Amino acid sequence: MTTGQTAFTRRDMLRAIGLIAGAGAMYQAMTALGHAAESQFTGAPDLSGAPRGAKVVVLGAGLAGLLAAYELERAGYAVQVLEYQNRPGGRNWTLRGGDTYTELGGATQTVRFAPGNYLNPGPWRISHHHRAILHYCRAFNVRLEPFIQFNNNAFVHSTHAFGGRPQRYREVAADFHGNVASLLATAVNTGGLDHAVTQEDRERLLEALKGWGALDDSLAYRKGLPVSGHRGYARPPGAGADGAPLPSDLLPFHDVLDPVVWKSMTFFTSYDMQPTMFQPVGGMDMIGKAFASRLSHQITLNAKVTGIAQDENGVTVRWADTRSAEMHETKADWCVCTLPLSILSQIDIQVSAAKKAAISAVPYASHAKIGLEFRRRFWEEDEAIYGGISFTDQEIALVSYPNDNFHAAGPAVLLGAFALGRGGYDLAGMTPEERIEAALKQGEKIHPQYRKEFLSGASVAWSRVPWMLGCRARWSEADRAAHYQNLVSMEGRIVLAGDHASYMAGWQEGALLSSLDAIRQLHHRATAV
Amino acid sequence: MRRLVLALLLACAWGAAGPARAQAPSADGGEIYRQICQACHMQGGTGAIGAGRVPALAHNARLAVAAYPATIVAQGHGGMPWFSDILSPAQIASVVNYVRTHFGNHYQDALDAQTVEAMLGPKKVDDH
Ligand SMILES: Cc1cc2nc3c(=O)[nH]c(=O)nc-3n(C[C@H](O)[C@H](O)[C@H](O)COP(=O)(O)OP(=O)(O)OC[C@H]3O[C@@H](n4cnc5c(N)ncnc54)[C@H](O)[C@@H]3O)c2cc1C
Ligand code: HEC
Repeated sequence: MTTGQTAFTRRDMLRAIGLIAGAGAMYQAMTALGHAAESQFTGAPDLSGAPRGAKVVVLGAGLAGLLAAYELERAGYAVQVLEYQNRPGGRNWTLRGGDTYTELGGATQTVRFAPGNYLNPGPWRISHHHRAILHYCRAFNVRLEPFIQFNNNAFVHSTHAFGGRPQRYREVAADFHGNVASLLATAVNTGGLDHAVTQEDRERLLEALKGWGALDDSLAYRKGLPVSGHRGYARPPGAGADGAPLPSDLLPFHDVLDPVVWKSMTFFTSYDMQPTMFQPVGGMDMIGKAFASRLSHQITLNAKVTGIAQDENGVTVRWADTRSAEMHETKADWCVCTLPLSILSQIDIQVSAAKKAAISAVPYASHAKIGLEFRRRFWEEDEAIYGGISFTDQEIALVSYPNDNFHAAGPAVLLGAFALGRGGYDLAGMTPEERIEAALKQGEKIHPQYRKEFLSGASVAWSRVPWMLGCRARWSEADRAAHYQNLVSMEGRIVLAGDHASYMAGWQEGALLSSLDAIRQLHHRATAV
Repeated sequence: MRRLVLALLLACAWGAAGPARAQAPSADGGEIYRQICQACHMQGGTGAIGAGRVPALAHNARLAVAAYPATIVAQGHGGMPWFSDILSPAQIASVVNYVRTHFGNHYQDALDAQTVEAMLGPKKVDDH
């Protein structure tokens, strides 16, 4: 390399590959260079050379729509966003004191939380490998704080084990590991694994099991101070005459094998859920608001899209003003449609039979969340639980504690239910009052302070959210094979986006990656004509 | 068996626990309606309208041929999920019989589990 010439950096090279061969190739190259194996995010899109005056209509102002609008507008397109709700952000949504929410069927809740307290009814945590959303948080100065996903001191609760009493995660996890390690060590020592493991590795394995499971010299998992060093003490170490620690009793192995135990352990170590995770300070909707504040003239609220047509010359979108019921038409050169499939499948859209089949193939899950405000942080004061999640096999599925403002005096809100599957349907079928009662009744099995300290609650059952009819796309393997490519490919002047058009349904990262892919496709077509 | 375990694992990407084996849900059509269908179709089967629409099951002439609701419940369509993963053929028959004889519907020809079995279509498993 001659002096004076700047070095051709890895970044330059990636950019060149991206320009020539597209994002997919760029991603592969990045992986080869040891970058980014965690996310398919390759940076803000390069949309240079946008045709002057080309107009794009974006349907839906969730994160997918907002990102498309923001990047296309920046690139020189004229953008209009049509949104059914009276607020932008879509599922990126936070409920605070004074907010009202009306669900399908007409039940209206007015949230009564104290100032500063909130419920994120939808998205609530962001993974460290969600690079696209972290990129925009950084760019827009959305402050993040840790989402304390994993807390050894939170509870595991099963109605079928431990006499129905909640146990600390650290105790059940230590007993699970210890018992499994001891059994496996015994199998090794009695020749049970001779066929599978070499002599050398048997020794190494025994060493590992002993350390990992806190086994004694006879390879047993036994009550004692070494084991208490993992699972906690009957009397923890202190000072003075009674400073010596006393070991704790082990739990019955039968109970330790209750599915809630291993499911909790697996949850915390799954790729999507591993710490570090983040939440925006003050509520998840800070992200949607940050996008929306940069698009103040482009978003039309209270606009219910009812039809999407296209021909060689452009796109025509029909929509109703939800306040006046007046019908409107918006014409544009291109359309990015981010409406959830649950709703798009009911809208007249001019695309091929194959794309229509894809749009109709994917139903949505129906989870429900319930926020409960209590007079004081009894989980911190009485139980030393600072953030994190307790799991239960009841319908509420979990209790999740606030990750911010530790030790603050006054009321605090915890997540009193995140009901999935059958539990989600059951809670959704209740009135808001019945849901709160169910959350209290199940939650007090974990925290007996519930009734005494309860102030108010709010619930969102996603199957009854008027603009969603569900919470996230449920792809089956067969439907992926039959329909996914048809869903994500641009057709004429229309391209679909949203977390349903990704392999990350249920994650904002999926919505953003899908939107980036959609606007790259759109830009490619727009600059080819 | 391995398939089954895998299916259970995959179905709960967002959660660890929840009512795992607890609820062997009722065989009673009315109870199944209350615990599942009412989440969307509302009490009394009135349906609802927002940006999208959940059709009313009350006074619904499309329920006249039992095979139609049974196939929809088993295989799903659009915003309506498939239920062959959490309801047995007998439960599907019983909830379909329930909606076809309530909410102003009076279709007396009852479905049985064997008939539903034939309408299940390929088994679907969430891919994450
Ligand atoms: C309970 C729950 C928990 C979640 N947890 C997490 C999490 O922890 N972390 C995470 O990253 N993600 C999470 N997600 C997923 C996340 O919310 C989504 O991936 C993301 O917000 C989707 O963005 P989107 O733009 O694709 O769709 P949306 O945000 O749904 O946007 C679609 C927009 O279209 C509008 N619309 C609908 N119909 C019409 C119509 N007819 N006309 C005009 N507009 C219409 C809607 O009002 C909405 O604003 C969660 C979601 C839920 C529901
Ligand atoms: C997550 C919400 C949801 C749940 C839960 C649900 N449905 Fe549906 N259902 C819908 C939607 C949305 C449609 C319309 C689908 C479409 O547009 O094709 C529908 C359609 C139907 C139809 C067809 C109606 C017609 O007029 O064509 C029947 C029958 C039906 N559902 C029965 C049931 C039964 C029985 C249950 C309980 C086992 C149930 N549904 C649970 C959302 C739901």
